[in-house]
Amino acid sequence: MENLITIENLKKYFPIYGGVLKKKVAEVKAVDGVNLNIYKGECFGVVGESGCGKTTLGKTIIRLLSPNSGHIFYQTPREIVEAIKYLEKNDPKSKALKYLLREYDIAYLRGRRLKKLRRFMQIVFQDPTTSLDPRMLVKDIVAEPLVAQGIAKGKEAEDRVVKVLEMVGLSRTHLYRYPHEFSGGQRQRIAVARAIITNPEFIVLDEPTSSVDVSVRAQLLNLFQDLQKELGLTYMFISHDLSIVECISHRVAVMYLGKIVEFAETGELYKSPLHPYAKALFASIPIPDPTRRRERAPLSGEVPSPVNPPSGCRFHPRCELAMDICKRQEPPLVDVGGGHFVACYAIAKKE
Amino acid sequence: MEKAVSEEIIRVEDLYLNFYTYEGVVKALDGVSLNIKRGEILGVVGETGCGKSVTSLSILKIVVPPGKIEGGQIKFNVKGKTYNMLEFNEPTMSRVRGRYISMVFQEPRAALNPVYSVGDQIGEVFYLHRKEEIIKAVIEQLRKEVETAKGFRKRVLRLYLSLYERMLKNPKSLRVRLASKIPILRRFRNLMKKEVRKRTVELLRTLRIPDPERVVDMYPHELSGGMAQRCVIAMALVANPILLIADEPTTNLDVTVQAQILVLIRELQKKLGSTILYITHDLGVVAELCDRVAVMYAGNVVEIADVMTLFKEPLHPYTQGLLESIPRPGKPFTSIPGIVPSLINPPPGCRFNERCKYAMDICWKQKPPLVEAGKEHYVACHLYSGGK
Amino acid sequence: MKFKVPERLQPTIREIKFILRRIKDTPLSLFGIAIVMFFVVIAAFAPLLAPPVPGLNPYLIPSDPALGFRVEPSPPSPKHPFGTTLLQRDIYYGCIWGTRWAFQVALEVIIPIVAIGVVLGLIAGYYGGVIDEILMRFTDIILAFPGLILAMCLVTVLTQANWTTIDSVLLSIILIGWPGYTRLIRGETLRVRNEDYIEAARASGASDLRIMFRHILPNTIYSIIIVASLDFGGIVLTTAALSFLGLGAPTGWADWGRLIYDGMGFVSGGLRWWWSWVYPGVFISLFVLGWSLLGDALRDVLDPLYRRK
Repeated sequence: MENLITIENLKKYFPIYGGVLKKKVAEVKAVDGVNLNIYKGECFGVVGESGCGKTTLGKTIIRLLSPNSGHIFYQTPREIVEAIKYLEKNDPKSKALKYLLREYDIAYLRGRRLKKLRRFMQIVFQDPTTSLDPRMLVKDIVAEPLVAQGIAKGKEAEDRVVKVLEMVGLSRTHLYRYPHEFSGGQRQRIAVARAIITNPEFIVLDEPTSSVDVSVRAQLLNLFQDLQKELGLTYMFISHDLSIVECISHRVAVMYLGKIVEFAETGELYKSPLHPYAKALFASIPIPDPTRRRERAPLSGEVPSPVNPPSGCRFHPRCELAMDICKRQEPPLVDVGGGHFVACYAIAKKE
Repeated sequence: MEKAVSEEIIRVEDLYLNFYTYEGVVKALDGVSLNIKRGEILGVVGETGCGKSVTSLSILKIVVPPGKIEGGQIKFNVKGKTYNMLEFNEPTMSRVRGRYISMVFQEPRAALNPVYSVGDQIGEVFYLHRKEEIIKAVIEQLRKEVETAKGFRKRVLRLYLSLYERMLKNPKSLRVRLASKIPILRRFRNLMKKEVRKRTVELLRTLRIPDPERVVDMYPHELSGGMAQRCVIAMALVANPILLIADEPTTNLDVTVQAQILVLIRELQKKLGSTILYITHDLGVVAELCDRVAVMYAGNVVEIADVMTLFKEPLHPYTQGLLESIPRPGKPFTSIPGIVPSLINPPPGCRFNERCKYAMDICWKQKPPLVEAGKEHYVACHLYSGGK
Repeated sequence: MKFKVPERLQPTIREIKFILRRIKDTPLSLFGIAIVMFFVVIAAFAPLLAPPVPGLNPYLIPSDPALGFRVEPSPPSPKHPFGTTLLQRDIYYGCIWGTRWAFQVALEVIIPIVAIGVVLGLIAGYYGGVIDEILMRFTDIILAFPGLILAMCLVTVLTQANWTTIDSVLLSIILIGWPGYTRLIRGETLRVRNEDYIEAARASGASDLRIMFRHILPNTIYSIIIVASLDFGGIVLTTAALSFLGLGAPTGWADWGRLIYDGMGFVSGGLRWWWSWVYPGVFISLFVLGWSLLGDALRDVLDPLYRRK
């Protein structure tokens, strides 16, 4: 399985300004040191609760946001990633390192090179009502990536728009209409059409079914799967709805307060989550089966603010297995077998 | 449905409600019938637009124009007598709301006033509905203190006591109202405020809010979603209502917080004997929480059953479709084909006819009545009502 | 023969139909539109309604030699339907051509201030930071002065520098008017800037310029239209005020304010020479009223339309 995207120690902070002089008083540490890799052709799910940073992670990977530090390697063979890591440790000033970073690391691209990247990475937002310009015709909305990047225009663009609309289940008659004339499900399809028109390789799906009716959700999810097969797409599927993620993703990562605490293949993760937070999270999902009710809430307390996360392991104040080291040092992601990674000292010791 | 049973507290019968909008008349409720029994948690489940929220708003008669109730009855059984709430005038309804029936909405921060602390807002409900109790408690306290006080303090306390006793006897007493305006004298009300604050803190503690002494003075924007929702639930419970209506209270919350609130609600049912009408679109929550369930579709109640029966043997094709469309790994995503019909021009007969795989001729001609198809199991479908 | 509308225009036509339907439902707005239409017709047909004297600038009101060059106004007569004012200038002619002049002034002012407002407002709102601060301080300075007073000063200064009074009036009103639009559009830009579709456009590779003019501007256009229609009347009122103070149009110009200035000396006679100030006054009031009603109507129609979407 080759890596499409490899992320090393990615960090994205948002400054908070305060006081009379509007100086930076604090930072929201939305993404605080994330390592992961996404295989070509897979659907990688990211789950977590509000404030965990999953949306920020998705937007930073496709460079809608600029990271504060870390690397995003796109289409980079494993050997090169290793080489870069080696050079960073041993010879950080070498010209070879500079060259390799310029070639493969997209984290700090700007200007024209960044614009060229847009063709390959796209995003579908959560709310189709606000992600489509209400004053633009559907034809122009879907053609925008082509026109803005100078790939096609005029009749050629229109033909491609029609082709892509048909792929998502709409038709040519929908070209000259405004978004408000469509239902929520149809609007989301328009957004998907816009995302695939440049033949991208990687699409971030940011809670694409949360704002849509339940009856439409299944249709959209089937569409995503069909498109992935037809066009060979790679997805990052972000959601707080764990049951949907279970059905559509090949591998899933659980995030908490800006860090990945566990990731594994879907079946494995849902069957036996190891990290205490992941366990509690999965146990909190209400099961549509009245014979299986739970007596206690699996997790007490609330998610702390990402402005001032707890020291060491972020979860330690709420964790039953918290040990001394958990308060002092952040646990690294450790392979406990079969591609199942957990960031927890207690669990790592057991396995 | 059969005759009203005495253990029912609310019985909605054939409720019709229309919205008169610019685009046409939206027939939002098309003869909704359901009943809520004392001490149970009744779940109302359905998709967006099925009318579940509107039904609860109708019970409290807070439907905003252009919505208008066009027919039916809402029978309210309290203290042995039955009333039709649709006949109540506005002043009577104001006495009902908050005191006998209270409501919790979806977005907690929209239900809380951002410029008052949560303690003040919960306290306000105390003043509105339990003032007498508070005054009596203060009087008792004062009486005890007056015994042991001496001299000037004793005189002050006696004065306060007389004011409170007057307030109890005649809430509109001129003397009390004047005293409330005089600068130093009006301090007598602080005793009442202290008592209210004490009870508010107690209530917050019952709702498992950590550190209630501190939370009482906090403002809504300082609270997280879960805490804010608990404060809203506290406001709803102050007056010990007979019925608590909860309209998707956990939809906007994280799943772990939702789990906490669901456990809390079940605790409240056990400890306080509350009756709860819980509206949601999440079948998992329904299975987790409710005793009986009513399924609604496009303005009609299509099935009512207790929760075990509903999940094990759903009778209405829509319920069956809903349960089948729950995502399961390994199975492709399925949903009920088609879309919800327009409520401005609904199809004739059963509103589910366009999407139902068992649709017969009669389904396009006649609306199926809600009949009892099993023990306490009601369905509105021609498959079970002997349609010819 | 059925007229087939090209597909591309169909949605715009649907929108216009919807707006017209909403307008029909409000009687006051119909009244406002009627007034505005009335003035548009007058302005369009001015040469027919009040034939100009050949060789003379049509905006200069001709005097009637038959009545001599008497100072006192003559009452309305068949030859002079509205009577005459100072130096026997025909009021009817002045009012008719004054309408055309009003439209001309308003357009010559509105177009520049909207253009300036759009450019500066978009830049200030989109980029924020230092650029925004500097631009806002400029607008603050200008807005700190009472508009009319500032306009009076500017007109005086410019005429001293040998500008014609008309040009100086136009420029002064532009100079006091652009901060308002800049602020308006900046505010709208701030609102729109954080919407999802702007982020989506950025993800599609749109440049800043494209985002500003293709996405933000069309979404602010309703507010601009509403304020501009209210301002149409307001600008004419300001020019009339300046003319009334003697700082605006030159002697004998077909400007309502100037006509009132000419008739000012005769107000002391009470109703004796009423036609010299009543007719121009009525025209000004009706014009401003019509545009205000139209602006209000548009606000009611366009706002819910936006919300409905």
